[in-house]
Order: sequence, then C-alpha cells, then structure tokens
Amino acid sequence: MGRYVLRRLLQLVPVFLGTTFLIYFMVWALPGDPLAGKCGDQTCPPAFVERMREEYGLDRSIVVQYLTYLGNLLRGDFGENFRGQEVATLIANAYPVTIKLAVVALVIQAIIGLTAGVLTGLRPGGFLDNVVLTATLFLVAVPVFVTGYVLQSVLGLRLGLIPPTVPADPGFVDLIVPGYVLGSLSLAYVARLTRTSIAENLRADYVRTATAKGLTRSRVVGVHLTRNSAIPVVTFLGADFGTLMGGAIVTEGIFNVRGIGGLIFGSIQRLDGVVVTGVVVLLVMIYLLANLVVDITYALLDPRIRLD
Amino acid sequence: MRSRRVAALLALSLSSALVLSACGGGGGGTTGDAQGAPTISVYGTEPENALLPGNTREVGGSKILDALWSGLVDYDQQGRPQNKMAESIESTDSQNWTIRIKDGWTFHDGTPVTATSFVDAWNHVALKTNAQSSSEFFSAIAGFDQVNPDEGEPTAQAMSGLQVVDDRTFTVALTEPSPIFVNTLGDVAFYPMPESFFADPAGFEANPIGNGPFRFESRVPDQNVTVTRYEQWGGEQPVAVGGVEFRFYADSEAAYQDVVSGNLDFLESIPGSFLIDNLYQQDLADRNGNQPYAGINTMTFPVYDQRYADPQLRQAISMAVDRQAIIDNVYNGLVQPATGFIPEGVPGKVDDQCGELCEFSPERAKQQFDASGFTGPVELISNVDSAINREWMQAACVSISNTLGVPCNFVPVPTFSEFLDQRRAENLTGIFRSGWVASTPTMEYVLAPQYTTGAANNNSGYSNPRFDALVRQGSTAATPEEAHALWAEAERLLIQDMPAVAINDQSAQFGWSPRLADVELTYGRELDLEKVTVQE
Repeated sequence: MGRYVLRRLLQLVPVFLGTTFLIYFMVWALPGDPLAGKCGDQTCPPAFVERMREEYGLDRSIVVQYLTYLGNLLRGDFGENFRGQEVATLIANAYPVTIKLAVVALVIQAIIGLTAGVLTGLRPGGFLDNVVLTATLFLVAVPVFVTGYVLQSVLGLRLGLIPPTVPADPGFVDLIVPGYVLGSLSLAYVARLTRTSIAENLRADYVRTATAKGLTRSRVVGVHLTRNSAIPVVTFLGADFGTLMGGAIVTEGIFNVRGIGGLIFGSIQRLDGVVVTGVVVLLVMIYLLANLVVDITYALLDPRIRLD
Repeated sequence: MRSRRVAALLALSLSSALVLSACGGGGGGTTGDAQGAPTISVYGTEPENALLPGNTREVGGSKILDALWSGLVDYDQQGRPQNKMAESIESTDSQNWTIRIKDGWTFHDGTPVTATSFVDAWNHVALKTNAQSSSEFFSAIAGFDQVNPDEGEPTAQAMSGLQVVDDRTFTVALTEPSPIFVNTLGDVAFYPMPESFFADPAGFEANPIGNGPFRFESRVPDQNVTVTRYEQWGGEQPVAVGGVEFRFYADSEAAYQDVVSGNLDFLESIPGSFLIDNLYQQDLADRNGNQPYAGINTMTFPVYDQRYADPQLRQAISMAVDRQAIIDNVYNGLVQPATGFIPEGVPGKVDDQCGELCEFSPERAKQQFDASGFTGPVELISNVDSAINREWMQAACVSISNTLGVPCNFVPVPTFSEFLDQRRAENLTGIFRSGWVASTPTMEYVLAPQYTTGAANNNSGYSNPRFDALVRQGSTAATPEEAHALWAEAERLLIQDMPAVAINDQSAQFGWSPRLADVELTYGRELDLEKVTVQE
C-alpha cells in the first residue's frame, strides 16, 4: 500500500512538467496582445508598451519565459498577472469559494442522488422509480445555464427568496442555489447509477446470505447492500469533485461567484498565461490526488481489492 | 422503521434548508460608516493597472480615481469645464497660463494640496522613463520634448513650462497658444499627487491618497474596491453617501439582475440583451435613465488598402447604410444617427455637417458605387466579445448588400486583443468597427488623435495635409470660437474624404436600485457620487 502510494506520487513529477509547459505554451500561442486592454480603446504610448514588455519578460523568447516562470514556481512564487496582481493572492481568494461551491454541489448530489437511487433501486419498476426516472431525464436534458438563469430569475427576481448573485465572500448558505445548479446534472447520474447498482446487487449472493443469516432488512440494505453498491458511485463522485474543483465557468458567471472557473476564463481571455498555468497546475495536482484517494477508498470499501 | 428514518432525514434536510435559505435572504446595501451615512454599491470592472491617475486610461480604473481625486476643473453635462480645485485659470494670450488653486484643500493624509502637488505630479507623468500611459496629455507644455523625446533618453527631469509661483499659484507655458487648454484639464492625467507618492510609489499603489470626496479604504483583487467619505474634502458639501463599494463583475448581466433586485445600487451600462423591446424599462420602472454621452460609433475604412483608396467609393458605402434601420432594430431607437464626425455633447459641434453623405440614399449610393469599379465582396470586421458590435455591424452589412447589390460578409474576430493586434499590423482588409469617446470634451480630441497623419489612433492610414493643417490651425487659434470654426471646416473636409462611416451617436442606458435618488450621470458616464442621495 505504501509503495503503491509512493509510486503514484512520483508519477506526479513528469505530469507537472508536462502540463506546465503545455499550458504555458498554449496560452502564449493564442493570438492577440496581452497588453491590449491597458489603455482602454486607445493606443498606448510606445514608452509605456516597452516598459510593460520588459517588466513581464515579453521581449524574451518563450523558452526563456517558461524556464523563468518554472524557476519561480519551484521557489513557491506564482508570479504576477498583467494587472500587477499576485497570482498567489488571486488563487488564495478564489479557491476557498470554489471549494465551498464544490462541496455544496457534492453534498446536494450525494444526499438527493443517493436517497433517490436507493429508494428506486429497492423497488425497480415501481411508481417512485418512474417518477425519478422522468425527473432525472429532465435534469439531464436541461443545460446548466438554463437551470441557472431560471432559478436566478424565479427565486431571485420574481419571488425575492434569494439575492440573484452571491456576495464577495460567500458562506455555504449563499451557495445552495448555485451549488444545486452546478450539481443538478451529476445528481441525475448519481441517482441512476445508485439505482442500477442497488437493483443489481439486490440479487447478489452475499445479500441472500445476509438475509439467510437472519439479519434485519435495514442492516442488510444499510450496511451490506448500500456499501457495496456505492463503489461506482464513489468513483463517479470522486471524478466529479475533481471536475468541480476546476470551477464552473457558466454557474460562476450567472451568480457572479468569484471562483476558480471565472478566474481561468477571464485570464484566458486576457492571455494571462501566468495565472492560467498557476491555476491549472494546482488543478492537475488536485485531480491526481483526488483520484488517488478514490483508488484507496476502493480498498477500504471492498476488502477483496488489494493495492500493491 | 426504514421509511420512518428516511422521512426523518428528509424532514431534517428540508427544514435545515428552509432555515438556511431564510438566513440567505436580504443582503442589499450595507449601512454604517462615516457618521451613519449609508454606503452604496456601484458596478465596476477590475482596473487594468495600479490606481495611479497618470497611468490609467480605461474605464474600470478611472471610475475609482474620479471618486478618490478632484481635478482643477470638472465637466458639466454639456462638457463645459467648471472650476473645481482651481480658483482661477487665466491667460492673456492663450499661451501663458496662471493657475490659482483654492485654499483649504487637503489630501486624505492631511497634507495640504499646493501648486507643487500639481507641478510634481505632471512632471512625473510626462517623464519618459516613468513610462506612464497618459504622458501625451502634457505634450502641449513647453519642455515636454526634453522630458519625453521621441527618440533616446530625456535630457531634463522637469518641464521648463511649469513654474511654481507660491503655495497656491503656478504658471504653465505652452509651446503654442491653445484656446482650449482649460477644457483639457478635467482628465485624470492632471490630478495632483501628495508628497508621500514620490517618497514611496509602491506603498502608494497599495493605498492611494487623493484629494477627492472619498478616500481609499480597501481593495480585494477581482472583488471590489471600497472608499469612504472624506470629511475634510474641500469641495462642495454635503456629500450624502458615506461610502462607495465598486463591486466588480465578470458579467454585466449578473450586475443587472442585482440592480433589479436591489442587491446592487447602480449600473451605468445595461447589457444589450435587456435593451431588446426596452425590457429594462419594465424591470426597472421609474429607476432607469437614457442619456446621450459624447461618443460615436463608426466603421473605418482600411485606406491603406488600394481597394478602398477611392473617396467616391467610401462615400457610396456611407450612403448605403440605413442608419435609422440599425437604430430601430438593434438599439430600439435609444440612440441618434450621426450627422458628422463630432459626437453630440462636444462643445463647438456644428449640427448636420454631413448632409446627404451620412444619410441613406440608395440610388446615389448605387450609382456612385458602380462608377467606382469596386469588385468583390464588401467585408465588415469586428471583435465580438463585447456589447452589441456584432448585431449592428451585421445590420449594416445587410443594408450595404441590399443597396449596392454586392455580397457583404461580416467577419467576426473572437477577442478585442486579437482585433487590436490585427489593426495595429494593418492586417484588416475590410471595413472595421471603431468608436471614439470624447473623454476630453474638445473637437480637437475627436479629430486629431484619429484622423491626422500618423496619429496614435489613426488606424485607417488616412492622410490629408490640408486636414492636418486645419486641425493644427484650430489648436493654436486665438479664441475658442475661431478654433471651433476651423475644426468644423476640417470636419467638412473629413466628410468629403470619408475615411470612416459615422453611424450613430452613443447613449448610455443606466439603472439604479429603489433606495437611490437624485441619480445623475456625469459627462464621463459615471454616477455623480457628489449629488446622489439614499432613501432608507
């Protein structure tokens, strides 16, 4: 187990180098001038442009720029974007918000999705099963921005139950509606995945054995059946959490959440390679670590799985 | 048993959701601060540069600077300069000016605003090695070519034309007479700077100190800048609001929703999708406004491209554009068609300079177009990442195509920065979107930077020595009246040459929350923070 984890951690090094270079290069290769917006609609004076290009190293070749960046990054310096803001500060401001939003979305997915999945899976073909089937079909069919704008204008504008956007430093409460919007699609998948898994395992040998041993129905379902059926769902949730950590450009845009998604999107538009690379590197690391955790969780959920 | 537990779980999560959402309601503006006066929130965008007056040329930053600083003069809604910090700005020959500032003004750190505060600040911005984006604003002052030569290093550190007489008086010598010198002084570039700036520029950037009605409080990147009322402000009291939060949005649609629900107090540019069928007037009944500002929408010809070198062709295309149709269909009649190159609201503008050449005259257009021998499709190019550029350019394209009987293609460029790049390299081979806001309310500021030979924003490559001469004569005329007459003549010449097609004058649609009253827009299209009041 220890060696397995170590090996997985070592794999992070080449991935780190590869992604940083690729992302840095791709943003650099985007057409356009990163200093374009500095003087509004007007043309910047030459002395100003020259100074800016020098300050941000734009006058040097891409390889030199990248190596300088990498050197700084290894010393823990994320650098500055073209507006003179510390990238580390930007990330530090945006990340807690994104994590909160992802957690809210994940909790909503897990609670509603798992509940619906277990209930329907135990009685496949029943009335509730059909209701959930239709409901999830609807959720899958509706794009996130529709759900977002509809909830924003109905709950926020027409009914006045929530403010249409979230405040600068949102609490978990402010993020319930955006979190629901963000998680709605995956919620449907979680419900369906759980249902299938439960329905299938209901006929498994170990369930029959457990029932034959005289265990109560709630213990059979709650402990044996649900735990085993949770494996594909946990895989899905883990992967989904990784995705959610990458931020949600659409949802964040609608509700003006100052998270990672908006930061990346805005930075790509402004050709701010330093920010994009910094954030993406973090994301890649988190994604890989999240997957590692999922793999380890398998072993904990199912004693038959061994990691070595 | 099982179902009861599930039911209990459901009930628990439901009730907690209800409790939580109940806490989530409300929001809106915050109160408190400066002696209990209410704080308001205003739409903003992240400033592109550090908050320095000499280095800010874009709206996100200048909006905040205008709250933090007060200049020598301020523009009224008609673009006329009104003394603000200046007691008098006088000259007998329009070339040597004596500026006397009012007594009793202080910076937010308590130090007095003196003549030196202005002179040092101006010299700092003008000096080439400081590489400030507003340096060109001082080019009329004697000695500018020593501190900011076109080639090589500066030979002087300060402009010889600026002399401090006493604490409250300084003189400005220009290289030539300028009848409109006073009209330029309202720009952010001319704001004074306290001594602490020169001692510690980096510290100043983190905590800017101005002389305006509000002092800097805090700044969170990508979130907001907050300012609070400066009680010792030297300007006209009282200022009703106790503070302002400039709240940054990535998307003005979200800001719009916030204004509708009262979660944001002011938005000066209603997004395009809510202008359709004047939707915003229903959403924001009795709390919206539509006010022209001195801006113009144009389409510029690539005059450097041989195909568009013929003025007759350019005139034909101008007459082929049905401006009223664009205005009705795209702008819902909220703007006015342009009748010249000088936008409405700029002092000295002569009405209807353009005549038939800026009107939709299909027959004459077709005749003139056929005579020019132009072949191939007409192309209209614009970036499509902001406002309603795409919509109005496509409408223009349809109009041109129907009138002239040639295909017209709209060519989108994804982002503004790509568009700028191509424009600078003269790679645009079609007619491209352009626009100009007369942030300095003079005709010169519309004509000279865009259309004189080799000017920084002359993107068409247009050059006409007679036009250049007329603009220059106006700039050095003895009186504003003479200057206006000369510039009007230059504008008529420009219309004959038609390096660009004037489409429409700009207009701002703005909205505010139910708690604001006395909402007025300044000349610079910002909320007038000194006049606005709050009803609780």
